[in-house]
Order: sequence, then structure tokens, then C-alpha cells
Amino acid sequence: ERTLPVVDLAARLFSLSSAARQAPADLSATGQPGHALARSAEDHEDGGASHHGGGYKIVQWEWSYVQTPYIIAIWLLVASVAKILFHFSQRFTTVVPESCVLILLGLVLGAVVLIANKKQLYQLDPGLFFLFLLPTIVGDAGYFMPSRLFFDNLGAILMYAVVGTLWNAFCTGFCLYGVKLAGVIDDKVQAGLMEFLLFGALISAVDPVAVLAVFEEVHVNEMLFIIVFGESLLNDAVTVVLYKVYISFVEVGPGNVQTADYFKGVASFLVVSIGGTMVGLIFAVILAFITRFTKKVRIIEPLFIFLLVYLAYLTAELFSLSAILSMTFCGIGCNKYVEANISQKSRTTVKYTMKTLASIAETIIFIFLGISAVDKSKWAWDTGLIACTLIFIFVFRAMGVVGQTWILNKFRLVPLEKIDQVVMSYGGLRGAVAFALVVLLDGEQVKAKDYFVATTIVVVFFTVMFQGLTIKPLVKWLKVPRSTNRKPTINEEIHERAFDHILAAIEDIAGLNGYHHWRDKWEQFDKNYLSKLLLRKSVYHKSELWEAYQKINIRDAISVIDQGGNILTSARLSLPSMASRTSFPEVTNVTNYLRENGSGVCLDLQVIDTNPGAKVEEETETHHVLAGNLYKPRRRYQSHYSRHFMTVGDQERQEREVFQRNMRNRLESFKSTHYKRHKKDRSQKKRKGSDAKEQDANDKPRRNVSWQDKDPIIVPLESEENKGERSEPDKDEDVGITFVARKGSETPKERPKSVPAALEVCQSPSVAPPSPTCGEKNLPWKGGIGTLPPCVSVEATKIIPIDLQQAWNQSISSLESLASPPVPQEPQHPRVSALYRLSGPPRPPPPPPPVPGQFQFPGGKEEEEESALSQQQQEMQPLMPSLRPPPPPPSGAVPPGRRRNPCVYLRSLVTTPPSGSEPHSRGPTQL
Amino acid sequence: MGSRASSLLREEDIEEIKKETGFSHSQITRLYSRFHSLDKGENGALSREDFQRIPELAINPLGDRIINAFFPEGEDQVNFRGFMRTLAHFRPVEDNEKNKDPSAGEPLNSRNNKLLFAFRLYDLDRDDKISRDELLQVLRMMVGVNISDEQLGSIADRTIQEADTNGDMCISFSEFIKVLEKVDVEQKMSIRFLH
Repeated sequence: ERTLPVVDLAARLFSLSSAARQAPADLSATGQPGHALARSAEDHEDGGASHHGGGYKIVQWEWSYVQTPYIIAIWLLVASVAKILFHFSQRFTTVVPESCVLILLGLVLGAVVLIANKKQLYQLDPGLFFLFLLPTIVGDAGYFMPSRLFFDNLGAILMYAVVGTLWNAFCTGFCLYGVKLAGVIDDKVQAGLMEFLLFGALISAVDPVAVLAVFEEVHVNEMLFIIVFGESLLNDAVTVVLYKVYISFVEVGPGNVQTADYFKGVASFLVVSIGGTMVGLIFAVILAFITRFTKKVRIIEPLFIFLLVYLAYLTAELFSLSAILSMTFCGIGCNKYVEANISQKSRTTVKYTMKTLASIAETIIFIFLGISAVDKSKWAWDTGLIACTLIFIFVFRAMGVVGQTWILNKFRLVPLEKIDQVVMSYGGLRGAVAFALVVLLDGEQVKAKDYFVATTIVVVFFTVMFQGLTIKPLVKWLKVPRSTNRKPTINEEIHERAFDHILAAIEDIAGLNGYHHWRDKWEQFDKNYLSKLLLRKSVYHKSELWEAYQKINIRDAISVIDQGGNILTSARLSLPSMASRTSFPEVTNVTNYLRENGSGVCLDLQVIDTNPGAKVEEETETHHVLAGNLYKPRRRYQSHYSRHFMTVGDQERQEREVFQRNMRNRLESFKSTHYKRHKKDRSQKKRKGSDAKEQDANDKPRRNVSWQDKDPIIVPLESEENKGERSEPDKDEDVGITFVARKGSETPKERPKSVPAALEVCQSPSVAPPSPTCGEKNLPWKGGIGTLPPCVSVEATKIIPIDLQQAWNQSISSLESLASPPVPQEPQHPRVSALYRLSGPPRPPPPPPPVPGQFQFPGGKEEEEESALSQQQQEMQPLMPSLRPPPPPPSGAVPPGRRRNPCVYLRSLVTTPPSGSEPHSRGPTQL
Repeated sequence: MGSRASSLLREEDIEEIKKETGFSHSQITRLYSRFHSLDKGENGALSREDFQRIPELAINPLGDRIINAFFPEGEDQVNFRGFMRTLAHFRPVEDNEKNKDPSAGEPLNSRNNKLLFAFRLYDLDRDDKISRDELLQVLRMMVGVNISDEQLGSIADRTIQEADTNGDMCISFSEFIKVLEKVDVEQKMSIRFLH
């Protein structure tokens, strides 16, 4: 047969599907050795059984029964443990990319297996790779693709993906052939022009897995990342077509290729790429449409997403279209609608599952790449071929990038700078796709297959390990703009939206049908038709701006919680969102918090699913987002294309984390013994507390700084208690503050009450380490809604062993001094003062600064306690947003509360401290 | 004034516009033909009606505000010079302009001018402050009817509170700059004019 089959089902699909059938049966899939092992085990088993005459055996060895899943599970376990071990050393991880270590680990494991068995059992099997490992990674990448960024740079991405890949493939192929003719490559490498072009095609494509693995850790700016990564995804169509075309050419022999075949090749490219995209988009629409109706079956929402995205991949593979394109566009297309339709929990589930799968798939791919390299029987070494290939792919990549960028920059609004081009050239990593493709080659047809395999392995290792290792220093050295993991503030949301409208209008006025014009058109279309079709009614009517606003509120609320604030206060109001942005708390904090509370938030999906009737209507849900959905959405806002967002910042952080947990546990047990009492005293106590606070506030300038911040925390709480319910988050923001303003004037009345209460309290045993008094005082703060972190702190005093307190204080104060540059004494935070003004009743003049001993209570102790309490709250403030000026380092005159209440310091340990202070947190843990 | 910029664009005019706006010769002639085609009255100046005839602007939520931005205060005609001056705000900042000596004065497409343009859209009464009401008006334009006044109000409050540093419950221009300082305004407020 001389003509090229346009859609070459046979070549790729058959090999894939047959391999796939094997794959589950034997992960190693190199076949014989694995099977032999299994069989021998079986034989042995049979023999044993017959020997005993078939009598009943209490325990049986059922290896053959569980073998396949067992091996798979063991491999997954090994991969996961490898990850854990790797992340033990933070210093190591910052220098060495994970993928390098995994490959090295694979090499070691491969060597072990080889020595043990004399034969290599395991190899990265193409079927397994293309059908299971790759889709998980691509699915994750596509679904969480930052679509705006992607489409903003689509022109560049397409250019690099299509033109760049073609350029690389042809140049590498031809030049290798030329070098072969020149005699640099050994004669044993039996390959003609077609074989070299084939090899050039498979080796030239930038690999999504490798790019993702390496770039994720480098944190270059988003634009650069999306261009390289987008290229690596979209070049799939080119690679697939070139690969198939050349394979068929090799099959028929180069002399028999007709001109028509070239045109068929071009047609094939169009069909494969456009077809793949269409398949993906069709599945995206189906998926989005389905999720419109899953309201009653929330629990399987994630399943639909996984299934349909995967089906998009398989369907494209079925028609031998570009599966990666299909899956990518399915993910990009459906994301907006699906995320809006499904429940918060489903979102979290989808995100976590996808990240987990992708992460483990990536790990396995790199380990298996390492293992595959050990198998000597599979490859043959030729230095000339390897050296030339390495040089050519690097040189042509660089040339291609520079040339294309030169053209692109004529059309781009933001030109790609020289350093961008360097990073793009250097970031052209090759990876597992190339390896799988080269392994798929038919050794009968391509005589030089073994040489190609060896070369591919070396190229992959070189790019992933050498370039992966050096790209970070390179990026640093070149001062490539890094990505900022910053979430937009509400101002940015609003104004950038306005910018978009402005630009669209200006383009219309100037008569240009530019990018903004078309995007505007698309948004109109989306709003009028697509969203109507694909979004639930309730969702459709929500405003994007409102959503954005809520997101930001939720984010702030979460950060408040994580920082130890009170959920139910309107503290987020006083927290400028930019502040919360700078510190991005870890997931574990919230989880711990939830665990401690054991109430409020239901962590069990099933519970909600079983009584959906109890669920609030979707419309009202909107208004209760803060109250009901507080913890979940944060994951949604993590950087979208990072799979490793849970990795800890550095070692100190880890240490502190352990420390925190222990402390919390202690507190927990302590609290439980004191929880029930003294609820009645609450309000008085609180009032007293805030009184004292206000006075305290004027005590010293440094307190003034933090004074305003604490109020939002305290006051709304009270209002809540009065109401006996949670405050409506969206509406009560201002109310909370109004309370504050009145607070001062109310004080005189309340005073008498609070005094006896205080007295009462004070007279109790008072001094002894864990005194119930303190417990009482704190309890009120808890309100009805579970533990409020602030209350933890006072008790903490008692928990920290006396002898440790000194050291603790020292370390913390040094920490604080480091974290906070000397702050200009600002009498009052303007924002808050503005709020006061807004809230109407003028603030009463601040009470005179309290002199120590101003409260003439018999218990003397008590006020100290009180002031300590208030102080503690003030002191907690620095922890919350890092934006506001933290208190200056405590000087020689340490206020009494400071010394007495290490709880504050505990607090600061428990919560995420400002990043600048981290190095010093080592102090306490070393205790 | 309007009659001067008649249907024929003179070389001197082009030169002057070039100097003032930084547009290239071909861009100016291209935009002039656009200007001319918008100018249904054929009097060398555009009126509000001329702008309103552009169909896309009718569905642009901020369309009217943007049209207003083309007209100097108190006037209802804009000549080609003024038209180009407004458009020049959206010219991308080019490399060679970045290092230009500051003595030449701030070009129209500087970051500040881009921001000022956006700021003016909000600031209806031109008191160099975005008040809550002004912000609410723009927000109302940008969101659908499905969002309640209350919700919008809380967004506005939050927005102002976030930006407001001097406590006057308004966003002044300097606060506006401050709050957008992390945004790549040069990129996000630029369009590509064909060469």
C-alpha cells in the first residue's frame, strides 16, 4: 500500500489498546519476566496445594489473585513515600527539582531490580502512559488553566506550538541526516532520511509533563509560563501527525512517497488538531450541561467531571485525533460553567482529586523514566548521535524561539523581552511523551530504534535534570520577573473590569476589530446564549462582580480564622484584603481549626448528601456563603496551575507547625475542663475587657497603633451574643463598627456591673498556674460558635512551663522586633477613624491613659488580668494582616501583661507569622 | 476650530499630532479616515450623536461615560486633534519611550495618564475624588439588575474602604494610583493600533 492513511487508526491505536489491555494486568508490562514471576508463584502454589492433598488450609497464599492491584498499589506507595522523603529537606528541594530526584530514584530502583532479577521487569509502558498517566496530568492542567491568560497569549502559543515544533522537527531531522552522511554518526545506526525525520519529530516536541514539573518550581511570571506550557500542550497535534506521517512513510519506504501524501499530511494535521479541539469543546458543553442538573446528586458531581474530561481524551484517541488538545480544551471550556454549577464541596473534591492524581502520575512517570533507562537490552549507545541530537535540539530551539519572537513582537502588545526568549529557549524540555513515542516504534520497521531509544533517554534526562536544575539559577541570574502569588483586591477586580470595557469601547471607536473587540463580542455571546444554556438559573443571575466580592470576603475571613481571629466578627472589614493577600496560610491550619472545633462545619460529604432537604436554597446560599461555606473555597483560589501548593515554605515553618500542634492539643485538653462554666459573666467581662482595652490603648503609643484593629473583633461578637445567632456577614459589617463607637459611652453604665464580676472572679484562687479564673475570662469570647482562637491564648500562659516562658518571651520579642520596623506613631488608623465617622455617633474622647494601678480593685491582680487580656488582643493584631504596622519591639519597659501573658506569644506561634519573622521562629522550637 | 480640520488632513497637522500623541503617520491617517467616517455631519468634528451611532458602544456598559471622556468639559464637539489626544492614552508604552528624558513632559500614554482617564470615568463631578455615590453609579452600570442595591452597596463600601487611606470615604486620585500600583496598567490600558 503506497498511500498514507489520513487517519492512521491501525498504527497507534492498536498498539495503544493492546498495550492498555496488558497494562492493568501487569504494570511493568514489559511482559515475560513479570508474567513469568507471577506464573512461578502460581505454580509453586499449585504444587503446594496438591502436596497436601487438597485439605483445607487456614491461610492461603493468593498472590496471583491480588498481584496486579498489589503491584500497582506498591508502586504508588513507593512513589508517594519518595515524595515525602524528598520534601523532608526543604533546602534540598529549593535547589533540586523534584523531577530530577525522582528520575535518580528511578535509576536506583531500576538498578536494584536489575541486580535482583538479572533482568529489568519494569519500564514506562506507552499504553499505560498514554491512557492513564498522561490524561491525569493533562486533565489537571486543562481544567485549571488560567483561561484569560491562555487566550490573551493564544497567538504566541499557537505560533510556538505549530511553527516552532515543525521547525524543530524538520531541522533536527535533516541535520541529523546530514551529520550521518558526514560520517559523524556510526554506521551501525541504520537510518535513512525518513527515520531521522521521524526521530526529529518525536524528539522536538516540548513536553507538558516536564515543563509543568520544572516550571512549577521556578515560578516565572505567568505570561512566560503560559506560553511555554501552552506550547507544550498544543504541540501535541503537530507531534502526533508528524509521527504518524513519518511512520507510514517509513513503512512504505521513502522512495514510494507520493506528492499527494504530503498534502494528506497537511490535511491530517488540520483534522487532528481542529477535530481534537472540537471533540474537547463538545464534551465541555455536555459536561457543563450535565452539571446543571446535579443539584440533587451533589456527591457524584466530581465523578461527572472526571469521566467526561477523560472521555474527551479517550474519544479523541478513538478517532486518532489529538487527545491532549481535546482534553485541554475540554477543561478550559467547561471550567467556568462547571465551577459555577457544582457545589463548593465538589469543587474542592475535584481540585484535590485532580491534583492528587496528577501529582502521583507525574511521580510515577519520572520514576519509571529512571527505571526504563537501566534496561540495557532496550537501547544502544552511539555517542555521535546523542551529542548531535543534544546540540541540534538546543540550537534549533533557540533559533526558533528568537525567530518567532521577532515576528510575534511586531504584533504583540507586550513584547517578549530578550530574557524571556532565553528562558523560553532553555525551558524547551523534552520528556516522557518523546520516550513513550520512541518506545512505540516498531523495531522491524525502524532499524535504529535502539539507538533512538538511548538518545531519547539521554535527551530527556539531560533536559529534565541538567536544564531543570540550572533553570532556577538562570532565572534568578537573569532577573526574570517572577510570578506573584497575589490575589486581586476588590479594587483591582472592579477597575480591571472597567479597563476591559474601556478598551473594548476605544477599539470600537477607533474602528479596530482587535482583540478586545472580539473578546467583548464573545462575552456578549457567552452571556446571552452559552451561560443561559449551561449555567443553573440561580447561578446565572448572580453577578460576577458580586462573586468576586464574596470570594475576597471569604478569603479574608479565612485568613482571619487562620490568624487566630474570630470568624463571626466583621474583622474582615477592618482587614484590608491586601493584607490578607500577603500571607497565604496553609491548609493545615484550617484543618486543625476544624478538628479542634469539631462543630460548625461538617466535614463529611455524605451527611449533607443524605439529607439534601436540610440544605439551604441556592439563592439564599449566596447570602450565607460566609456563614456556611467558610472554609472550603480557599482551595479554589490557590494558584491554579500549581500542583504542589501544599508544600511548606521552609523548614522553620515545619518545625513550628509541629510545635503549634502540640500546643494546641494541650490547650484543647485544658479548655475542655473549663469550658462549661461562667457563661453568665460573659457580657460584663467583655465590657470590662474592652474598657480596659480602650484605656490601655492610650497607655502607650504602640498600643494606639493596634488599638483600632482589635475593636472589630470584639464588638460584633457581643452583638452576636445578644442576638444569639451568627451575624449576617454581608450586611452587618458596618453595624459591628457602630457598636464600637457607642461602646465608650456605654461604659460608665456597665462599669458597676463589671466590677463586681471582676471582683468575684478575682477572689478565686487567682495565682495558681492553671486557674479557673483565666479560663472563665476567656470563655465568653467563644460565644456559641465554637472556640475562638483568642481565648486560647490566655490559657496558654499556664500551659507553657514557667521555666520556658522567659525564653519564649525573648524569642518572640526578637521575632516581633524583626518583623516590625520602628513604626511612626500613628494616633489612629485612618480607615477605622473613617468608619467611626461614618457610623454616626461621634466617638467619645478617649479615656485617660491608665496608670498601672489605676483600677482600684481589691484584687489588683484582676485588672492586670484584664489589661493583659486586652493587651493580648491588641497584640494579636500584628498577626492578622501584615500590612498594618506591627508594634515596635518591646523596650526595657515591658508592660506587665506582656510578661505575664506568653499566651500572646503562643498565639503568634500558632498562627502564621509575617513572613519576615520566620527565621526567628526557630527560637521557641528549639526550647 | 472645527472647520479647520476639514476633510483634508494637512501635513502640518499630522506633524503636530504626531508630536503630541506619538502616533505614527500611517496610524494618524488611518484614524483620520475612521474619524471622517464617524463624522456624519461632515463638519470636521464629532458630536455625541456621532459616537452614539457606533452600535457596539450602545451595548458597552460604560459606553456613555467613555464617549463623555472624549469631550472637553462644557463642549459638545470634538475635533480630530482632541479625538487623537484621547485615543493616545491607549497607545502602548514602547521601549524607547520608557527611557525618554523626563524634561519632554509626560506623554499622553503614561501610566498616570492612563489611570487618570479611568479615574475620570468614575469622577463625574470632577472634584478629583470618587465618592461612594459615583462608585455606585459605575458599579450599577457594570453589573446586571440581579444584584441588589444592598449587595452593591457593600461592594462599594468595601472598595472604598480598601482604597481609602486618609479616611475621607472617597477615593482620591493618589489613592486610586496606590490601590492599582500592582496592576500592569501599561498593559491593561493599552490597545494595539494598526501601523
